[in-house]
Amino acid sequence: MIRSPLSAEPLFHLGPVPVTGPVVTTWGLIAVLSIIAILATRRLALRPTRVQAIVELLVTTIADQIRETMRAEPARFLPLIGTLLIFLSAANLISLLPGFEPPTAHIETAAALAAIVFVAVHYYGICTRGFVGYLAEFAKPSWVLLPLTLLSEFTRTFSLMIRLFGNIMSGVFVVGIVLSLAGLFVPIPLMALDLLTGLVQAYIFTVLAMVFIGSAVGTAEKS
Amino acid sequence: MDSLELISILAAAIAVSFGAIGPALAEGRAVAAAMDAIARQPEAAGVLSRTLFVGLAMIETMAIYCLVVALLVLFANPFIH
Repeated sequence: MIRSPLSAEPLFHLGPVPVTGPVVTTWGLIAVLSIIAILATRRLALRPTRVQAIVELLVTTIADQIRETMRAEPARFLPLIGTLLIFLSAANLISLLPGFEPPTAHIETAAALAAIVFVAVHYYGICTRGFVGYLAEFAKPSWVLLPLTLLSEFTRTFSLMIRLFGNIMSGVFVVGIVLSLAGLFVPIPLMALDLLTGLVQAYIFTVLAMVFIGSAVGTAEKS
Repeated sequence: MDSLELISILAAAIAVSFGAIGPALAEGRAVAAAMDAIARQPEAAGVLSRTLFVGLAMIETMAIYCLVVALLVLFANPFIH
């Protein structure tokens, strides 16, 4: 019997709260990424070292993407969007290390990330337009559509969650099935495909977060 | 085997197989359109293929939804215990 991909076994209990494997992996990722970020930005100089040049390249690339997609100055959004992109890429690619499973292959991680995006959309919207102005935006173009626009707020967050979770989980699941059916070296092409899918999904999640925030702020290009 | 389990397995197979038809057709159309555009304007190939990849992943998500539903039916079916 194949283990259900929809549930995770608790590793240990922290008081009354069961802690599962993906949570521990997420903590490890957060710690490693934070340490790398702190070490890389500890001695910033006008004449960049090799590490600083790489970090600057990464930051400016993300900032350019934000400027292109949202048509806004990226400084306000860069921390959130950049963290999302880097964390998701690292989380989706962690299966490269033997013994690790992507935490995004479990629905809790994807749900937490989608909830962060959901809150951020309304936060940036209210900060930019004011509370009343932001609420009035829901009643456009006509107040008849108000239930639909409210519903779409939730469905798009839900689909953001299912998209990330489903894509990563299906990759892990298919590799597991093929491994149990065929043997040791057969799933390698599928794993290579998973790497591509993981990076593309990290990019898509970030781009969609940018588009949602951009439309709440009101500067996204009208397509 | 319970008839409910049998129905669940059939439903999962049907969900995946029929759910793959729509995205397959859509991906075919998307790739064809992108090829057409690249043939007309080869210098825009970079932007086009990047957009194509993102679009394909979005379309593929529809099939993934079906897979998630199928796995829900198989592993988290509330009627089987």
